[in-house]
Amino acid sequence: MTAADAAVRSPHDPHKLGRARERIDGLPKDAGRGQGGPAPKRIIIAYGFWIFLLSDIVMFSALFAAYAVLQGATAGGPTGRQLFNLNNVAIETGCLLLSSFTCGLMMVAAEARSVLWTQLGLLITGLLGLGFVALELHEFADMIGQGAGPQRSAFLSAFFALVGCHGAHVSCGLLWLGTMMAQLLAKGFRPTILHRLMCFSLFWHALDIIWVALFTVVYLLGAIR
Amino acid sequence: MLASWPLGGCGGVLDPQGPVGAAEKLILLNSLGIMLAIVVPTILATLGVAWWFRASNRRAVYRPDWEYSGRIELVVWAIPAMTVLLLGGIGWAGSHLLDPAKALASSAAPLEVDVVALDWKWLFIYPEQGVASVNRLVAPVGRPISLRLTSATVMDSFFVPQLGTQIYAMPGMTTRLNLQADRLGRFPGLSAMFSGDGFSRMSFVFDALPDAQFQAWAAAAKAQGPALDAAGYQALARPSQGVAPTTYSAVAPGLFDALARTQTPPPPAGAAVAMPTAMEP
Amino acid sequence: MFGKLTWDAIPFNEPIPLISALAVVLLVGAVLGWITVKGHWPYLWREWITSVDHKRIGVMYCLLGFLMLLRGFADAIMMRSHLALAHGAGQGYLPPDHYDQIFSAHGTIMIFFTAMPFVVGLMNFVVPLQLGIRDVAFPTFNSVSLWLTASGVLLINASLVIGNFARTGWLAYPPLSELKFSPDVGVDYYLWALQIAGIGTLLAGINLVTTILKMRAPGMGYTRMPVFCWTALAANLLIVAAFPVLTATFAMLLLDRYLGFHFFTNEAGGNAMMYVNLIWIWGHPEVYILALPAFGVFSEVVSTFSGKPLFGYRSMILATMAICILSFMVWLHHFFTMGAGADVNAFFGFATMIIAVPTGVKVYNWLFTMYGGRVRFETPMLWAIGFMVTFVIGGMTGVLMAVPPADFVLHNSLFLVAHFHNVVIGGTLFGIFAGYTFWFPKAFGFRLHEGWGKAAFWCWLVGFYLAFMPLYVVGLMGMTRRMQHYDNPAWVAWLQLAMVGAGVILCGILCQVVQLVVSIRRREALRDVTGDPWDGRSLEWSTPSPPPLFNYAVMPNVEGEEAYWGIKQRALRDGLAPEPRYAAIEMPRNSPTGFVTAFFSTVTGFALIWHIWWMVIAGLLGAFATFVWFAWRDEDEFEIPADEVARIDRERRRVRQDVLLPSLGRPA
Repeated sequence: MTAADAAVRSPHDPHKLGRARERIDGLPKDAGRGQGGPAPKRIIIAYGFWIFLLSDIVMFSALFAAYAVLQGATAGGPTGRQLFNLNNVAIETGCLLLSSFTCGLMMVAAEARSVLWTQLGLLITGLLGLGFVALELHEFADMIGQGAGPQRSAFLSAFFALVGCHGAHVSCGLLWLGTMMAQLLAKGFRPTILHRLMCFSLFWHALDIIWVALFTVVYLLGAIR
Repeated sequence: MLASWPLGGCGGVLDPQGPVGAAEKLILLNSLGIMLAIVVPTILATLGVAWWFRASNRRAVYRPDWEYSGRIELVVWAIPAMTVLLLGGIGWAGSHLLDPAKALASSAAPLEVDVVALDWKWLFIYPEQGVASVNRLVAPVGRPISLRLTSATVMDSFFVPQLGTQIYAMPGMTTRLNLQADRLGRFPGLSAMFSGDGFSRMSFVFDALPDAQFQAWAAAAKAQGPALDAAGYQALARPSQGVAPTTYSAVAPGLFDALARTQTPPPPAGAAVAMPTAMEP
Repeated sequence: MFGKLTWDAIPFNEPIPLISALAVVLLVGAVLGWITVKGHWPYLWREWITSVDHKRIGVMYCLLGFLMLLRGFADAIMMRSHLALAHGAGQGYLPPDHYDQIFSAHGTIMIFFTAMPFVVGLMNFVVPLQLGIRDVAFPTFNSVSLWLTASGVLLINASLVIGNFARTGWLAYPPLSELKFSPDVGVDYYLWALQIAGIGTLLAGINLVTTILKMRAPGMGYTRMPVFCWTALAANLLIVAAFPVLTATFAMLLLDRYLGFHFFTNEAGGNAMMYVNLIWIWGHPEVYILALPAFGVFSEVVSTFSGKPLFGYRSMILATMAICILSFMVWLHHFFTMGAGADVNAFFGFATMIIAVPTGVKVYNWLFTMYGGRVRFETPMLWAIGFMVTFVIGGMTGVLMAVPPADFVLHNSLFLVAHFHNVVIGGTLFGIFAGYTFWFPKAFGFRLHEGWGKAAFWCWLVGFYLAFMPLYVVGLMGMTRRMQHYDNPAWVAWLQLAMVGAGVILCGILCQVVQLVVSIRRREALRDVTGDPWDGRSLEWSTPSPPPLFNYAVMPNVEGEEAYWGIKQRALRDGLAPEPRYAAIEMPRNSPTGFVTAFFSTVTGFALIWHIWWMVIAGLLGAFATFVWFAWRDEDEFEIPADEVARIDRERRRVRQDVLLPSLGRPA
């Protein structure tokens, strides 16, 4: 693991686009591009994780499609316009976007190998995420209380499934975040921990992107209709 | 084109009894013919090349480095591409010509029939005649039939192989189909979409009768038998298989539309089967 | 305490499932007992169950596929024999509720648990070897993928004994699969087994895509990869893009069934046709997930056994990737009879036909690969030629049904059933068998018995035509699929002929079983000492058979399209290259993570099927604990010292010098 160690300790990230140096992890710079042999481990992990995220986005797109098909199927029940509280959603969005920012700061701290600031970044990210989940659960409970649960109409089924699936992702992310804090505490900045932090941060940002789409398609367009 | 032995006269799609089925048979055989024209030579060439270039044949020229020829590449891309263009033209024209929802050209006004798929039988409603039948579709020969279809249960597919085109009967949706029988006779019909345990006994008969006989049948149906009211429908809708053909002398107005409605509210808790509320007086 | 699970779930009053279930339980028990008595458990646990070696995982995938082929075929022969009897007054021996389970299980098992494991297994075994690397990108996840698939297999087979399987067909169309029409656990078995296996498949797809795109030997540019790697890349891209749709679709149906949602119900605005659309957005690419790797196998086999490079290599790549993309644009051809309108039908019909172009190109390129070659009719090549002839027919009937007006009369008929068996057996399965015979010596160090292999081929080929050509005929006669009983006397003879065909296929399968037993018993005579039994052209044949754990002592340098052929020719001319400098190699440690994950998945899945909620929670907690425990591991790699590497590779070089080079030097 020494080569990987050396790579992650280097002052600036050699993997940034357009900044590839001659040799990465002791391998030629065209490693992983067919000419120079396998890519370094960090690239492989990030690449694989990206593909996983893409597949996750495909899954969400199926739920989005279902929502688009069913959004008019209210079966005489309430419509989105009657149900959505945009103030609440605005705070949720604020929480999530801010948590993405703190997640980015956490990665900066990790690059600088500062345990304190990394942990702090993870903690704040987690608290913001927790706030998001709490607000969403509150919204759900509110709607179910009004008799607008997922069993009411196909539109509400699609709404709860789509938004709930995102919420479930955030919740899983929070569990992951907790284990990352514990791992960091116990083991410090090992290469494997850094790889996982990188994946976590990719995951968290991807959830943000999905939320932006969800916010637009479900809440904004829903409130207009 | 192709000898339809041994399929003619066996009640299949190669023995059509109406214009839709006949057109589809023609398209089927033409497409098959076009493809066979390249498929058969390809198969023969595969076997021939493999045999001629067998390792033990010393007369065959061994060209161990021959791996590319631009001209051959052009040909092997062009042959399937041109075949597909030709077939695509047939498919495009055929889809438009034989669109199930398109009315058939005829001097006679079409007979309207509303079809409801039930577990596991077919209900045919004749709005003009004000009668209904189960598992027996009767129509005058030579006159187009305009069908509206829905399902009051799971998905089914309405299919009389000798008349041509099948179409899904789907809950909450209405599909349209236009058919015509040009010859007198009794042709088997079935559901072509698996719908549960009674599926294989969900067959019906299609009777093409002379117009006078059709009118007589409708009048007879009108004169006797029970009416298809809410209670009658409830009884009919209960799952059953192999139901003998029967008729109803009257049909609750709006039954088909009620069954085909897209917006059924969720069933109240505890209710086993959602029934169309429009049927209550 | 046990949710819906009671003693009523065991079919005590139904002799057929009970006896077959007992037989399976006894057989499995006997095998497990034998392993225990012989004391093989520690070895199996250490070397196989916890293995993260892509070669062993590939082998286990194939074994799983072969076992499930037997199970799926048992269903097939029951259907064929039942249908030969169930006409007119005859009722056959399977009541509808049992027959419906059998055809649902047959389709589900053959696609998800026979074809998929076989195909994924071949890709797992071969791709890293062909790329000249030591393992896949994520070896531990590879093991997780395998065991999740096995978990799905376990659940689906548990439905044989405990409860029942779905009676909805292999795609479980709603509303039939909704709680209202299928209230028992059958559909839940189907959904959870496939969800769990589907996640395994998705992980496998991510793994192989990353491997192929980021981990090739030095010099192995995209236009130097063997075509099998290209088809594997295309298939795994399809897995990554299509399986999440399946997961989402099944999740929606599960929400309908478990929590009263209304995605596909008849009430409250649900839309069953949305399920049909979504499932085929996965389903059509799935066809090519299975077909493309088979095309890759044939490309390797035809080129090797013709003693020539593949004709039109770049054309083949283009065709592969064209199929990969087009496969997402044709899903609606599975339901032209929905009444979507002429323009929609015509568009999807035409898009479907376009796929025939790259597929046709592939057939012609194989033909021209044989042209000018020295064709050796060994078993893999027989499968390849059998495939080319059979697949062309299946492709033709497929294009026929892409013409919407033709599909209006052929949809859901036995003509359709004959068509997709024609392409799945004639395409995928023949490809699997060709690949199995071709790479078996690489995996185990000895070849499969030629005679029994040829016998199996001829039985399968003849049996296939006998079994499925009659189905084309009865399809044209108007017989629809999934009928448990029929009245038309004209169909009887054809269906009886089809049963005879199924019997001949059974002989083929028996030949394959015998072939395996005979080959193991005579392994010394069939031993492959050279590592290159077929005069191969790609890198896997440069390793010994079986390859060492690390595959390559030093990473090969690729200098052309046919990496090993080039090395071999140079060695033939100039002798072996000078001995490289050996260095220590780091390899991933074996890990029980996959097995433990699958254990908890099975527990959770079973508990969900039977609504045993405490067990669901226990299973999920166990899975989370596994995740944390896996994350806590400190040592995930170990080092193979340089002298050990040198010792193994010097032996390989000695064999190559002694055995391979003189034989290559012979005038050909």
